[in-house]
Amino acid sequence: MSAVASWAADFKARAPALPGANLPWLAALRKRAIDRFGAEGWPTRRKENWHHTSLAFMEEQVFSATGTHADPAAIVARLRAGETTPGHWLVFVAGHHAPALSAIGALPAGARLISLADALAQADDATASAIEQTFGSSDDGDSPAALNAAFATDGAFIHLARGLALEETIHLVFIAGADEASRHLRNLVVAEAGSRATIVEHYPDSGDAATLTNVVTRIDAGADTNISHLKLQQEGELATHIARLDTQQARGAALASHSLSFGARLARHDICTRFDGEGGEVLLNGLYHVDGRRHVDHQTRIEHASPRCNSREFYRGLVDDNARGVFAGRIIVAQDAQRSDAMQRCDNLLLSRQAEADARPELEIYADDVKCAHGATVGQIDDDSLFYLRSRGLDELHARHLLTYAFAAEALARIELPTLRQRAREALLARLPGADALGEMLEELA
Amino acid sequence: MLEINDLKASIDGKAILKGLNLNVKDGEVHAIMGPNGSGKSTLAQVLAGRDTYQVEGGSVTWNGVDLLALPAEERARAGLFLAFQYPVEIPGVSNAYFLKAAVNATRRHRGLPEFDAFDFLARVKAEMKAVGMKEEFLYRSVNEGFSGGEKKRNEMLQMSLLEPKLAILDETDSGLDIDALKIVAEGVNRLRSPERSLIVITHYQRLLDYIVPDQVHVLAKGRIVRSGGRELALELEEQGYGWIGEGGDAAAGAPAGGPR
Ligand SMILES: Nc1ncnc2c1ncn2[C@@H]1O[C@H](COP(=O)(O)OP(=O)(O)O)[C@@H](O)[C@H]1O
Ligand SMILES: [Mg+2]
Repeated sequence: MSAVASWAADFKARAPALPGANLPWLAALRKRAIDRFGAEGWPTRRKENWHHTSLAFMEEQVFSATGTHADPAAIVARLRAGETTPGHWLVFVAGHHAPALSAIGALPAGARLISLADALAQADDATASAIEQTFGSSDDGDSPAALNAAFATDGAFIHLARGLALEETIHLVFIAGADEASRHLRNLVVAEAGSRATIVEHYPDSGDAATLTNVVTRIDAGADTNISHLKLQQEGELATHIARLDTQQARGAALASHSLSFGARLARHDICTRFDGEGGEVLLNGLYHVDGRRHVDHQTRIEHASPRCNSREFYRGLVDDNARGVFAGRIIVAQDAQRSDAMQRCDNLLLSRQAEADARPELEIYADDVKCAHGATVGQIDDDSLFYLRSRGLDELHARHLLTYAFAAEALARIELPTLRQRAREALLARLPGADALGEMLEELA
Repeated sequence: MLEINDLKASIDGKAILKGLNLNVKDGEVHAIMGPNGSGKSTLAQVLAGRDTYQVEGGSVTWNGVDLLALPAEERARAGLFLAFQYPVEIPGVSNAYFLKAAVNATRRHRGLPEFDAFDFLARVKAEMKAVGMKEEFLYRSVNEGFSGGEKKRNEMLQMSLLEPKLAILDETDSGLDIDALKIVAEGVNRLRSPERSLIVITHYQRLLDYIVPDQVHVLAKGRIVRSGGRELALELEEQGYGWIGEGGDAAAGAPAGGPR
C-alpha cells in the first residue's frame, strides 16, 4: 500500500541501508523530507498545480514489481544499437546502479560521471555540498519530491569542469527491474562555466508491472554552458511516473529540455528553470502521446529572474481514446528582468471524441519592457488537409495517420542530434496506429 | 464522358449550385468562367468529393459510373484530378512522401507495380524540371511557405505525375506571371489526348490563348447561363459579367447570342 503512514514506516525500516546513511547531514535531510511528506501526503486537486491530476488514488494504490519483465541486458543492447557513436552509458535497474550493464567510455579530464551512491561513498567536500544542495532544494518541489529525497537510492552524478566540452552523449537508462515496486531516483548535473554536454534520460518499457518511478533531476548550469537534456519516457501501461527537472541557469547559459512522454498509466512532469544571470536562453520542447485511459501532465515553470533572457517553449500533445493530456506553462518575469523575451505554445490534437486536453498558459509579468507571446490550442485533424490528401488517392486512414504523425513531427524536428531525433521518431511511431507503412516510407525518402 | 445533370449543392443550408448541367466528352477541353462567388470552386470540389458540400439533387455520371457515390480517394484513383484554387499547406509531411504516396495509390489501383524510392525519385525529378521546380521542394513540407506560384506549380507537378483521365483546374492561372502561365499551359497541353478531358476554371481569357478550349461556359449564381466556342471568352473579356441579372438569368444587354 502506498498510504502515507506506510511510507513513514517503510522509511524507518530502510533508512539505515540507504546510501549515505552514515552522513549525518544527509540523514537529517532525509528525515526532514519524510516528515514533510507525512504532513502533506500526496497532492490532491486542491493544490493549484495539481488541479487536473490528483494523486489521491495513491493512498489505495498497491505498487508491485509482479509482472513480466524484459531482460535488462537486452533493453540496453537495443538502446545502444540505435546510436552511431559509443556514448557513455550509465544503467540503473530497480533504482540501483548496474555496473555490469553500464559502459562509460574514456572521459576527458575534468568530467566525472558516476552513480550518486558512489559519489556519496567517496564524498569529498565539493561533492557533498553539491549533493546537499539538491536534497535541500526538494523543499521547493511538491510532496513527491520530498518522498524522493527521503528514499532516493541512486541516480547519476555528473560533474563537468570549466570549459569542458563532452562530445559523446551521456545516456542514463532507468529500468524498472523485477524486485522493486517503487524506485526513487535522483540525478545531479553540475556544469561549470563554459562546459557543454548532451544528457539523455531513458525510461524504456520494461514490462507490465504496476511500479512507481519517482525521479528528481537537477541541473546546475554555470555561466555560458550549453546543456541539452532529453527525456524519453516509455514506461509500461501500468506504471506511474512522477518526475521533476529543476535547472538553474547562470549568465549566458543555454539549455534545451526535450520531454517526450509516451508511456505509463499516469505521467507527471514538473519542469522548472530559472535565469539567475543575464543573457540566458532556454528551449523547452515537449511531445506527449496518451491513449486508453492514460493521463499525462506537464507543468512547466520558467522564471525570468534576470534581464535579457530568452525562453522558447513548444509543447505538442496527441490525445486518443479516453485519455487526458494536461499542460500548464508558467512564465514569471521579475520586475527588474527587463528585455525578457518569452514565447510559449501548446498545441493538442484530439484523436477521439472522448479524449480531453487542457492547455493553460500562466503568465506573471512584473517588468514592463518585455516581449511575451503565448498560445494554446486543442483541436482535431484539419479537414482541409485531410481532403487534400484524399483527393490525391490516399486512404482516409492513411491520411489521418500521416497528419497525426506530421503534427508531432514538428516537435521532433527541434531535437538537434540526428540519432536522438531518429530515436524519438521511432518511439513515437511505435505508439501510432498504422505507423509501419509510414515509418518505412519516411525512412527511404529521408 | 462526364455528364452532370441538374446538379444542386449547398453548404450549411445555403444553396450554391442550383441545377447545373454540363457534358464533357473524352478528349475535350471545357473552360468555365464566371464572376466571383458564382459557384465555380464549389462545382470543382463537389466533383472531387468534398463532403462538406451537400449534394441536394441531380446526378454526375462519369464513364457510366455514379461519381457522387464514390469517396474522394476512389475518384482520385480512378483518374479524377483537381488542381486546387488554394492548395493546402501541410507542415510536417514532406512533399516527397506525399507525392510518392499519391502516385503509388493510383498505380496500385491501376494494377501497376508500385514505384520504389529510386524509380520514384527519378520520375519526379524529371517532372519537376518540366514544371520548373527546384529539387529542394521535394524535401520541404507540402506547400508550406511556398509562394502562390510555387503552390500552383506543385499542383501541376502532381497532375503530371498522376496522369489523370479528367483534370479540373480551379483558377490555376490566378496570380501567375506570363512565364508561369505558359508552364501551366504546356503541362495541360502535354496531357491532352483523345481519352483525357479537362475542365479549366479561369477568370481571365489569357490562359485560353495557350489552352484552346473546345467549349466555354459561363457559370453564374449556380447555373451555366451561357455556352459557346472560344470566342465567348473574348467577348466576356470585353463586356464583363454585368449583363448577368439578379436571378442568374441573362438580363437586358446580354452579349449577342444570349443564354441557350
Ligand atoms: N466553405 C464555405 N462555407 C460557406 N460558404 C461558402 C463556402 N464555400 C463557398 N461558399 C459560398 O458559396 C458561394 C460560391 O463560392 P465558390 O464556389 O467559391 O465561388 P467561385 O469559385 O465561383 O468564386 C459563395 O457565396 C461563397 O461565399
Ligand atoms: Mg473559386
